Amino acid sequence: MMPVYRADLHVHTVLSPCGDLDMSPSAVVEQAAGKGIHILGITDHNSTRHGPLISQLAEKYGILVLFGAEVTTREETHCLAFFETNESRIQFQEYLDRHLPDIPNNPRLFGYQVVVDAQGNILDEEPRLLISALDQTLEQVEQMVHGLGGLFIPAHIDRPSYSLISQLGFVPPGLAVDALEVSAHGTVQELVTRFPYLEGTTFVRGSDAHHPDQIGQHATRMQLEDLSFREIALALQGAPGRGIMVEPLMEGQ
Amino acid sequence: MMDTMKVSELTEKLDLKVYSGRKGLSRDITGGYVSDLLSDVMGNADAGEVWLTLQTHKNIMAIASLKDLAAILLVGGNKPDEDTARQSDLEEIPILGTSLPAFEVAGKVYDLLKNDAGIQG
Repeated sequence: MMPVYRADLHVHTVLSPCGDLDMSPSAVVEQAAGKGIHILGITDHNSTRHGPLISQLAEKYGILVLFGAEVTTREETHCLAFFETNESRIQFQEYLDRHLPDIPNNPRLFGYQVVVDAQGNILDEEPRLLISALDQTLEQVEQMVHGLGGLFIPAHIDRPSYSLISQLGFVPPGLAVDALEVSAHGTVQELVTRFPYLEGTTFVRGSDAHHPDQIGQHATRMQLEDLSFREIALALQGAPGRGIMVEPLMEGQ
Repeated sequence: MMDTMKVSELTEKLDLKVYSGRKGLSRDITGGYVSDLLSDVMGNADAGEVWLTLQTHKNIMAIASLKDLAAILLVGGNKPDEDTARQSDLEEIPILGTSLPAFEVAGKVYDLLKNDAGIQG
């Protein structure tokens, strides 16, 4: 039997305008370690810039960090994207920078968008509002992510806002996804009952943490040969011997 | 006073572009609906309505077909994605377009349907 790892693939940092100021890279890593997370997806809105530092800080805990972002498509759906290497992350960051509209952030309204170092010192501030929608369609983003060898996972698809279902009515059949993320408001069973053609699709659930204590509140178990991006991709595809299991919701969640 | 208007009449009166689904220009319009959330349109639009939106994804055609809408009117200069236009031809539900923003187009469509055609919808 292959070992089972605990993954939280949906975590914001202080770089997201809505991310708590306590979500510094070091705080995120310490919380994840304390919650028994082995695989941590860093998914700030339309930015991948905190990935490398968090990956570096997570090394001593043996946590695998996936460089990612929560992308807002033209239709205003949120989709998680993950990349294996820093090279592909940089290429995707360039794509995000090219396609994010030039609307300035107002920190008083939306919150600060800062890149910080390991000690929490501010290194840079993102001037453009990161929660804007890119001028790229769902399919264009999907093709870009897959072209870079990445993983494409539409986020909280059953949520009443910014989801595939709210914006587009239903999951477009034939959309090339590696998995779909179910929100904490619903269950995989409910989704498959409502949309029978989703039977057989891989589902994950992340915490969508904006505050440190939310990290790991919702997670996905992954049975993998080893802790690597490649193994995660194989497990999402349903390769033999691997497995993906969404952790059940706790009482009152 | 009549109580319907053809898609073709609306197209001529408002000088709209016809992107696709020409075979459906003879469909009757019984009212209008404005929304960019497809989940909302699926729940609340009624058959025969012309739907004003800025969404161009193929799913808009599935919704139009499911709800038996008369036509889709893309506002603000939006154009249908290629596969969306193909589906519109197949379903024979026209996709129209205008460069005007939603507020202005909605006003004009409302005025035409209510005052010229006497549609109560």
